[in-house]
Amino acid sequence: MEKFDAIVVGAGPAGLAAAKVMAEGGLNVAVIERGNFAGAKNMMGGVLYRQPTEQVFPEFWKEAPLERHVVEQRVWLLTEDAAITFSHRNDKFAAEPYNCFSVLRAKVDSWFAERVRQAGALIIPETVVVDLLRSDGKVTGIRTDRPDGDLACDVVVLADGANSLLTEKIGLRRKPSADRMACAVKEVISFPKSVIDQRFNVTGYQGITIEMFGAATSGMVGTGFIYTNRESLSVGVGALIGDLMEYNLNPNDVLERLKAHPAVRPLLEGGETREFLAHMIPEGGYDSIPRLFGDGFVVVGDAAGFVNAMHREGSNMAMISGKIAAEAVLRARQRRDFSARSLSQYEQALRETFVIKDLKKYRRATSFFERNRHFLTLYPGLVNWAAEEMMTVDGIPKKEKQGKIIKGALKKRSLMGMARDLFGLWRNMY
Amino acid sequence: MRLEDKLFLDGFKPDEESHLAIKNMQVCREQCKGRPCLEICPANVYRWEGDRVTISYEACLECGTCRISCPDDNIDWRFPRGGYGIGHKFG
Repeated sequence: MEKFDAIVVGAGPAGLAAAKVMAEGGLNVAVIERGNFAGAKNMMGGVLYRQPTEQVFPEFWKEAPLERHVVEQRVWLLTEDAAITFSHRNDKFAAEPYNCFSVLRAKVDSWFAERVRQAGALIIPETVVVDLLRSDGKVTGIRTDRPDGDLACDVVVLADGANSLLTEKIGLRRKPSADRMACAVKEVISFPKSVIDQRFNVTGYQGITIEMFGAATSGMVGTGFIYTNRESLSVGVGALIGDLMEYNLNPNDVLERLKAHPAVRPLLEGGETREFLAHMIPEGGYDSIPRLFGDGFVVVGDAAGFVNAMHREGSNMAMISGKIAAEAVLRARQRRDFSARSLSQYEQALRETFVIKDLKKYRRATSFFERNRHFLTLYPGLVNWAAEEMMTVDGIPKKEKQGKIIKGALKKRSLMGMARDLFGLWRNMY
Repeated sequence: MRLEDKLFLDGFKPDEESHLAIKNMQVCREQCKGRPCLEICPANVYRWEGDRVTISYEACLECGTCRISCPDDNIDWRFPRGGYGIGHKFG
């Protein structure tokens, strides 16, 4: 049986980051990818953050096939036919080295994979890891779907993504429950560059992001989004699977409804859909993190549930967890000890980073919104209605309008209820 | 835009055998509450025909939502063989 020092399962951001750091540290590394190239099965919204990515791929932004650097982030609270919008635009985000980028994973991941190959790792595509090899409770290699496809190694890095069947198979976690996983769908819709520049008020390779709440997901816990690429838009929606079940909705129908919203439709006019994709997002947060290490293995990225749904961050957590896991593996290698005790340094080090700290901060956030869905229905409705009242010029004095708004709001939610909501937000988000 | 037209845009390389299977059709027939797979799959892979669930695995987007939604854990969900299934152009 062929043997590697380390085998990485999955060529996404987490797996590629881990592979690069280990290969640069002198390890003989193989990355097993089920698609026919690195990126062929990968999907996110997607926003890629510069600073964390540079921890593994220095100055990647000078060469990588990125789409646009984000100079403005918009947040929309939608009702069926109205929208309250906020945005932050900042010229600092328009200056090198930039803050974050819109990307298309198939393109950018294959670029990252090429850098990983140059670092010395072997990337093996078109291969599914179906099980881990174990002896005396210790992971000793992988079983693939190829004939005679067993490979041995000292350590396996599980980076098999949101739908991580392997972490279940080796008993690190059970099947995730439907209220801890979201399903996201998106379309890549192409436009001439000039149309995107004009519609979104940007120039050159500047881009914007829009996150949409409320009616964007028909009141379910989730978000809709539009991200500008160079010559396309990524338009999608994601919601908790438990909510989709409860509302008996199909994700594609939710997306179609969002595309038809009066605030969204004009932005998409004349575009040509090029691709339709679906992917899960692990939203269980801190309390759903599986055991992160054991005898001969570590777990990184989406497979470990490293997603901050409140800030739509994930690719950054994936890369940093991959890097830190790889550093722990390199130290384990020096000790010639790949036991759980030795690899536990991965978790210790990760706890000192934003990855675990942010997940801990928002540990109750998803379930808070699940228990308080009126945040996604009642309040978007109220603020939109208040704005409509104040902006409608109809001869009614403003004082009278204010009174009507306050009365109307209190009819929907008592002062006590609103105070409780504010307190709840503070307790669960601060 | 119709779902069929969207799926037509995607690059699929279907294997001869399905990577998805119902473990026990009796459970779908008699026990399952609501059969969420029929509604929730973004590619509409699952359909109820007569007295059974049919699976158009060729159009599977490989998200895994059906397995999570299945109340009886009755879907045998595997990844398509290496190199088969959907291949993203953009991702």
